[in-house]
Amino acid sequence: MIEVKNLAVSYSGLKQKNTALQNVSLTVPQGTVCAVIGPSGCGKSTLLKVIAGLITDFAGQVRINGGEVSPKKLRIGFMPQNYGLLPWQTVADNIRLACRIKDGWTEARAAKMEALCQKLGIEDLLSRYPQELSGGQQQRVSLARVFLLEPDILLMDEPFSALDAITREEMQDVFRDLWEEAGITTILVTHYVEEALYLGQQIVLMAGGQSGGTVAEVMENKWQGSRAWKTTTEFFAKSQELKEKIKAMGARQS
Amino acid sequence: MRNKSKVVLRAYLFGVLFLLLLWQLTAALVQLPIIPEPSLVFERLGQIFADKIAVHAAYSLWRIFAGILLAVLVGYPLGIIMGYFSKADRYLAPLVYLTYPIPKIALLPILMLLAGIGELSKIIMIFLIVVFQIVVALRDGIRAIPAETYYPLYSLGARFRQVFRYILVPATLPNFITAIRVAMATAVSVLFFTETFGTQYGMGYFIMDAWLRVNYLEMYTGIVILSLMGLFLFGLLDILEARLCRWQMK
Repeated sequence: MIEVKNLAVSYSGLKQKNTALQNVSLTVPQGTVCAVIGPSGCGKSTLLKVIAGLITDFAGQVRINGGEVSPKKLRIGFMPQNYGLLPWQTVADNIRLACRIKDGWTEARAAKMEALCQKLGIEDLLSRYPQELSGGQQQRVSLARVFLLEPDILLMDEPFSALDAITREEMQDVFRDLWEEAGITTILVTHYVEEALYLGQQIVLMAGGQSGGTVAEVMENKWQGSRAWKTTTEFFAKSQELKEKIKAMGARQS
Repeated sequence: MRNKSKVVLRAYLFGVLFLLLLWQLTAALVQLPIIPEPSLVFERLGQIFADKIAVHAAYSLWRIFAGILLAVLVGYPLGIIMGYFSKADRYLAPLVYLTYPIPKIALLPILMLLAGIGELSKIIMIFLIVVFQIVVALRDGIRAIPAETYYPLYSLGARFRQVFRYILVPATLPNFITAIRVAMATAVSVLFFTETFGTQYGMGYFIMDAWLRVNYLEMYTGIVILSLMGLFLFGLLDILEARLCRWQMK
């Protein structure tokens, strides 16, 4: 479970102190996906960085499974927007990297990696370098890395945003399949409303502004994960409603 | 792969032929003993190398190797520290910027007084000149790494030695090899100068000695050997780069 209470993040700019987040509170229950959505600059990525332990200078409280944020003690899977693959490592080494850093490489992991790669259809790409792969293939490698780690929590920062529409939808399904097996508590930051509605059991709508980004609305999304849900008129109506809300918040922000 | 090797070999052959043609043309135009025809030099190159130059080449290679090794041992960690820890860079950068532009060759007389006229002063001179190139290349290489590259490692609680192994070393390797390449060319020219004092061994000594003896054939043989030494060293670095930075070639 991820609990965030009254979180505020500020950083010093050239002339003044800027507030990135203000009074952010949310709870992500164990084994669920929380989709965070909002206009650009509302602090979605900052929120993710705090939970990942990348930003340590903040006010408020952030607890993961009841304890403090500690990348050393916890297993945090972090997937940045550009997939986070190291260009100088082969696909195989990139997948092994997270486990190697956390607890070393074992035979059991090797067997699991083989199965995972087969499932993701990347078993023939292991000796290649990331720059030789398409965006979709890189995304699969990145997913293999985080799911092989078996993390306590999974944080994804606009993971599918660089992909074309068809590949994006394909990758959302790939993620869903992996997630259903692992059931990892996940926060997914996205700027695609449809993605949030399809993948998130909970949707957190964030609003930006001069005084920093904050949570504007938290919605339960009971249809999460159903492929058929994406083709219903209700899905379309809900996505339009969300888009309007984000547009209005963006207008207010500017 | 074989095709690529052929292309590289052809480019090298073309370069050699072009230079020889230029040399031949100059010799034919000038018609003076100071520029002998290349055929005369190459005729006796093998013999002069084995009888006279080999020992001088070995001395020069040793000095280049020792000077660069010393510069790497000091410059590599310093560059990593300056690039990765911004606080360290804040204090060390002014020191580097103040001392980098000083023409080190002007310090040679002082160096000779302090370290003697033997091997040590020559090696220290190479070290002083190339260490800055290594420090700056490493530091700038680390600064160019996007912050996002570190995120997956930091979120896993990676220790510095893991960041060093998985990010800093591989990310800066191309910059480091380029710095060594530049340092090597600088080292050869610095060495040539330092070998004209206080030694009877080294390519600098051999070429200057042949010139003073008005033995132009030996002088040109020395120059050709120096050029081949450069070719060998640069070739070695190219092979090293192709092996270690395979990901860059993709």
